[in-house]
Amino acid sequence: MENFPLLTTVLLAPVSAALLLCFVSSKSVQSVRVICAAAMTVALALTVYAFFSYDMSVGGMQFVEDVPWIRDLGVHYALGVDGISLPMLLLTELIGLAAVFSSWGITERPKEFYILLMILIAGVTGTFIARDLFIFLLCYEVVVIPIYIMVIIWGSTKRVSKEYAGMKLTIYLLMGSAFMLVGVVALYLTAFPEGARTFDMQALAAAAAGGCFSEEFQIFAFFLLLLGFGSLLSMFPFHSWSPDGYAGAPTAVSMIHAGVLKKIGGYGLIRLGLLVLPLGAKFWAPLIAALAIINVMYAAYIALAQHDLKYVIGYSSVSHMGYVLLGFAALNVVSVSGAVANMVAHGVMSALFFAMIGYVYERTHMRSVRELRGLAHQMPRVATGFMLAGMASLGLPGLIGFMPEFTIFVGSFGVYPVLAVLAISGIIFTALYTLRVLAKVLFGPRDSRFDYFEDARGVAMMPLIILGIALVGFGIFPQLLMGMVGSGTEQLMPLLERITDAPAFLGGVR
Amino acid sequence: MFNEFALEHAWLIPLLPVTAFVVIGMLTRSYGKLSAAIAVSMSIVSFLLAVGVALAVVSGNITVEAPFVQRASWFHIGSVNISMGVLIDPLTAMMLMVVTTVSLLVQIYSCGYMEGDAGYGRFFAFLSLFAGSMLGLVIAVNFLQMYVFWELVGLCSYLLIGFYYYRVSAREAAKKAFMTTRVGDFGLLLGILLLQLTFGTLDFQELQAVVPAYVVQCGTGFLTLIAMLLFVGPIGKSGQFPLHVWLPDAMEGPTPVSALIHAATMVVAGVYLVGRAMFLFAEVPLVMNIIAWVGGFTAIFAASIAITQRQIKRILAYSTVSQLGYMMLALGVGSLTSSFFHLMTHAFFKAMLFLSAGAVMHAMADEADIFRMGGLRKKMPVTFAAMTIGVLAIAGIPPFAGFFSKDEILAAAAGVSTPLYVLAVVTAFMTAFYMARLLFVTFMGEPASREAYDHAHEVGWFMRMPLLVLAVLSVFSGLWGHLFGFGEWVRFGAASHEGIDWAIAGSSTVLAVLAMGIAWKVYVAKSWDADEIATRCGILYQLSFHKFYIDEIYAALIKVFVDGIARVLYWLDVYIVDGIVNGLSGIVRLASDWLSPAENGQAQSYAGVYLCGVIILLAYGVYFAAKIMAMLGGAF
Repeated sequence: MENFPLLTTVLLAPVSAALLLCFVSSKSVQSVRVICAAAMTVALALTVYAFFSYDMSVGGMQFVEDVPWIRDLGVHYALGVDGISLPMLLLTELIGLAAVFSSWGITERPKEFYILLMILIAGVTGTFIARDLFIFLLCYEVVVIPIYIMVIIWGSTKRVSKEYAGMKLTIYLLMGSAFMLVGVVALYLTAFPEGARTFDMQALAAAAAGGCFSEEFQIFAFFLLLLGFGSLLSMFPFHSWSPDGYAGAPTAVSMIHAGVLKKIGGYGLIRLGLLVLPLGAKFWAPLIAALAIINVMYAAYIALAQHDLKYVIGYSSVSHMGYVLLGFAALNVVSVSGAVANMVAHGVMSALFFAMIGYVYERTHMRSVRELRGLAHQMPRVATGFMLAGMASLGLPGLIGFMPEFTIFVGSFGVYPVLAVLAISGIIFTALYTLRVLAKVLFGPRDSRFDYFEDARGVAMMPLIILGIALVGFGIFPQLLMGMVGSGTEQLMPLLERITDAPAFLGGVR
Repeated sequence: MFNEFALEHAWLIPLLPVTAFVVIGMLTRSYGKLSAAIAVSMSIVSFLLAVGVALAVVSGNITVEAPFVQRASWFHIGSVNISMGVLIDPLTAMMLMVVTTVSLLVQIYSCGYMEGDAGYGRFFAFLSLFAGSMLGLVIAVNFLQMYVFWELVGLCSYLLIGFYYYRVSAREAAKKAFMTTRVGDFGLLLGILLLQLTFGTLDFQELQAVVPAYVVQCGTGFLTLIAMLLFVGPIGKSGQFPLHVWLPDAMEGPTPVSALIHAATMVVAGVYLVGRAMFLFAEVPLVMNIIAWVGGFTAIFAASIAITQRQIKRILAYSTVSQLGYMMLALGVGSLTSSFFHLMTHAFFKAMLFLSAGAVMHAMADEADIFRMGGLRKKMPVTFAAMTIGVLAIAGIPPFAGFFSKDEILAAAAGVSTPLYVLAVVTAFMTAFYMARLLFVTFMGEPASREAYDHAHEVGWFMRMPLLVLAVLSVFSGLWGHLFGFGEWVRFGAASHEGIDWAIAGSSTVLAVLAMGIAWKVYVAKSWDADEIATRCGILYQLSFHKFYIDEIYAALIKVFVDGIARVLYWLDVYIVDGIVNGLSGIVRLASDWLSPAENGQAQSYAGVYLCGVIILLAYGVYFAAKIMAMLGGAF
């Protein structure tokens, strides 16, 4: 196992599935699905193996691979995972597999759909395991194209047309990547003299620690990254793509987009923004914190006024990203760990939500809380899925959502007391819109219109099982996730102590 | 031997019911009887372990100063270190006994009560989780563990109040319970976070050690804020004014659930939290005062509503709110002993009152209005006897359980503040009156509806047995506690060795008897006309009957400040924030519309444009060259 290229295999599993699908007849739909499911099962199994065999006592990048690629530019095919990226990778593969099962019922051009889905998953996987910025950007760009096509062809039109949704989603992603690209090129050119240039993130971080970036440059470059990653993370006022985009997208895309793709924003802010441009992060942190609170409160309020389930979850995800931003902005180990963990938590719960909505929509063609009612009568299992996701979303202890939020609150309270109180008040509004929706959709008198629809079973249960295990498992044993995240964020400690005057560990007697 | 085993394995007490929940939920929920058997047997083992723990406490000399503690790390990040564990002291032991007893009896009762319900298995799964969560809360070693189970208790109440999920009223009541307690939890969570930041720990034992030193060093200013925030949680959970609104609606759940919520689980969690954190609250007199007054006001406020209600469970619900106010009042005046004593006796007689009410409604085809019952004493003698004992107990008639605990609270209040004492006495008077009213109207007189009366029947053995056990406890638990030194064990600080204060006990008993006498006059002898009294009271009656319109006020506030703002913000998001985005893209599109005619595909026009370009460039070049020449010329 020592020299087995584990991460490459995880990356190539969906890619090879996509290639293989090109040679499968589009009539044999079942083999198309099975190939994808098998590929994602392999990827998930390997990721789980990596998760549990990662040596936390050593920390740092593990499972590293490094092959020089474009020597003139200093580009390496360099992969590796640490305590921050490994949870994100696990999240990607979990949701990837769940998304494959959620798309089982696609009847229109299933082969093409699955090919695009596999490319999409591979792209997201690549961004989290890349140690080289070039690879990171490449994979990110790979993600954009399948999403556009998938929304336009397999999307649904409700409040906005699927064409509008696809276009909006894509333009926002591209705008983000344009800013990001400028920032990255600026980093690349500034860090080293010609000839010694590299896209290696650790080398850049080391160079940054050596003081090669002036404070002004860091502030400028971080701003570019913030525009890029911030809009990806649906930071106010760049959030409006998120509800429209999810509403228009087919189930699998909503799951992957809300579940993991969005998190590339938060991941990038930490990996690039914080590690390479710490002074820039420090400069912009108060603004980020303020915007974070707008995210939390504003989006939670708007979620209350929504009727389309996908819009509720869309705004809810904007609201939850506010917690991630707040955790980031507080700039201490505890809060940043909370931010990373919260990305995982939100990924699992929103993917489950979208899977359940997708299941109901596929059968009833209804998504509005005005039309759906009393589904617990006909679909108790789906109702259980909704309840699990909803309870996790409102931060119920024992499910995955509680501990990350608590950690963020502990970490940020001492830094931004007023903003933290506002953020915590979000637990009330989150509960309000979640419970309202659950009550209307699941409970109430039996509606005979839904009598003909059967409950989830067999393959349709798989997303619920896969995501449910993660939801409950990490909820009851938070240390599984927190230990991993902590081993990753501990490396930030010297850096955070350098840029903030306060000790990076909070919780001591003051 | 058994005692030590129970003590070492006290963590099993909450875990067993939770296991029952998992097993039923995953495997057996479609087999009702089997599910019930699993739930009940797990509860029995839990109960036995709780007995073992209680014996270990008494024999092993475990006191509030020297508790038995076990901890295991749950998660840690940075210096934030959270454990889960077991803290056994007399408070815990007493609570374990009360919770396991009541929940076991309620489960047995439910075997009969839920007969024939489609969700039989599901019901027992939820009941088990409910009991398990409450037990986990009781043994908590730190604030976060308590918060975790606190929230789970909330979840279970949500699931159980909304058990008849097909009823819109049940669904709404469940949501209301969750939301109202959530508001309280917001404060509690803030308090917990501040504790963590201030002291670096949430552990009860560690906090208890550092808080006094902190007070000496830094004063009580900040601690007052923390304590106030912490208390917001119990206000929500224990149905104190102004967050009491969910508790009366909670009767939408099946009656055994009401018994559980009102007696042993859920609502007493708030009282327990304040008791558990007494070391903190006691340091800040201001907050203690607030607790006492919130409790006192809640007690009389809820009693004044209960007096005019017509539905049997609603009367009992308001009486719970009122009695919880009593317990808070006792805590506020610093008497943990009397508060917890009352918590215990109240758990027994209130559980019995609810189970009796359930039996009545069961027999009357789910009729809830007491004025449509009447005369049931002949048809349901056992229930009648149980209800009578419950009413005498809650009214504080000696030698029933409530007499002793209520007397201690009155004595404690009298020692601290006369206004609070008066408040408590008036509440006791009102309590005796409305409980007697409930009893008389339901069981005495003539049946209001002949048909329903003929249909009525005494309940079966499954439901009768728990009533009998609770009846015994309702009669004797007060006396036992009084005789066997309840206050020696369950206390904060030194034990108080007061006997019964006969002036206080005597006067309150006289008042209670008087109140019941008035009720007899009005509702049995009918010497005074109840309706006429109601009309004469006019607006007061209306206020009481409509629960002081608090629900309506809240609904209006939510409509304006939550839904109203939500709609405004949504409008902003669609038309302003997104409007700018669409506007920008519109500008791009306009620009392209404006420019695109140039791309008309005609070679001539392209050549024309080309020519123009060349001319412009040439002109510029010539101009530039001339300028350079001029500069050069100037230089030479």
